Amino acid sequence: MNEEPGADAPALLAATELHKSYGATPALAGADFAIRAGEVVAVMGPSGSGKSTLLHCLAGIVPPDSGSVRYQGRELSSLPDAERSALRRADFGFVFQFGQLVPELTCVENVALPLRLTGIARRAAEARAAEWLERLEVADVRHHRPGQISGGQGQRVAVARALVNNPRVLFADEPTGALDSLNGERVMQLLVAAARDTGAAVVLVTHESRVAAYSDREVVVRDGRARDMAGVA
Amino acid sequence: MHADYARGVYAACIVLAMSISHTLLGLLQAGPRHGYDLKRAFDAHFGQDRPLHYGQVYSTMSRLLKNGLVEVEGREPGGGPERKRYAITDAGVTDLDDWLGRPEKPEPYLQSVLYAKVVISLLTGRDASALLDTQRAEHLRLMRELTRRKIGGDLADQLVCDHALFHLEADLRWLELTTARLDRLASEIHT
Ligand SMILES: Nc1ncnc2c1ncn2[C@@H]1O[C@H](COP(=O)(O)OP(=O)(O)O)[C@@H](O)[C@H]1O
Ligand SMILES: [Mg+2]
Repeated sequence: MNEEPGADAPALLAATELHKSYGATPALAGADFAIRAGEVVAVMGPSGSGKSTLLHCLAGIVPPDSGSVRYQGRELSSLPDAERSALRRADFGFVFQFGQLVPELTCVENVALPLRLTGIARRAAEARAAEWLERLEVADVRHHRPGQISGGQGQRVAVARALVNNPRVLFADEPTGALDSLNGERVMQLLVAAARDTGAAVVLVTHESRVAAYSDREVVVRDGRARDMAGVA
Repeated sequence: MHADYARGVYAACIVLAMSISHTLLGLLQAGPRHGYDLKRAFDAHFGQDRPLHYGQVYSTMSRLLKNGLVEVEGREPGGGPERKRYAITDAGVTDLDDWLGRPEKPEPYLQSVLYAKVVISLLTGRDASALLDTQRAEHLRLMRELTRRKIGGDLADQLVCDHALFHLEADLRWLELTTARLDRLASEIHT
């Protein structure tokens, strides 16, 4: 039942032996991770185990102290900063727990922002943004500002913004962490359905098993080490 | 599958009964024991709510003897089955390995069996965290299946699946917490 998409396909994004410390605090202590195109992988583990740090290293936001992160075969740390930022904008999308929408912009302007940054004209960008808001069932709040909508609506707008420029990898860090069960379920259903439609791989950080149940497989992080559960059981 | 799960709510006692023979086998791997000694050890670890009857020990031992999983190593004078000294056989160790290595079918009120497996693993020097990880993966596998069914189903399906999912989630939290407390549990049961 639980067939993995292209089980023998090469990894789209792969990390080996990641180490990262904050002062004396080790956040990652030899973490390995790999995800293939179109795969949804849950990164689970107790609070403070290093899940977010792993996500930040994978996305090239935080450089690891040592270890390798390869995207489409290219070592992220070997790219010049400007190229790494460009890659992040073009190929990666992000959804966090909260606080990611620009408060001064309307929802449709927020979703259009990633397109505007790649030089697409306002009209065209906002038309595409409106389609995405529709798809995530929040078209009715497109002219509201983030302060005027609910948490569940805000996360749907954030998912729309993360996917609007058709990224290859969607990074989601506790995307339902601030929502009640019903809203969380709906956001997960919409997020995973949209990612499957566009073929984006999803790195889904969560400590909740009901959220992880939307994934194809799970990786468990404990004490900064990641363990792939595919071989277990 | 979710109908099975709901029925499972009422099967807790059966689940425990099925694990008694493996639990006794596990206690024997720690060293040969007399029948009365086995009952005492079982009650000390698992008998808080319902101590084992001698009758259960004898019937279980005679079944294990017949299947070649234990052997009688000696007997004290005075007769009576409680005087027999039992030891685990190689076949018994293999059988115990199978039980400990095989995840349980995710069902409610599983913790009595899982707790027994964890304690036996610790008592016999096996890897209890691997056992918990295996079970965790099995639980998540079922949760994925229920989630898929929920997404494709009508409201009634969704409600039934959600009920099962919330229970499985509770089990998983227990597995996670137990994993985090294994060191403490090991030191407590060895004292
Ligand atoms: N920016 C930071 N500065 C200092 N310590 C940090 C920072 N980010 C994370 N940590 C520490 O690193 C460890 C792992 O954190 P994190 O990756 O956020 O875990 P998780 O996401 O699993 O809760 C924790 O001990 C945390 O306190
Ligand atoms: Mg985190």
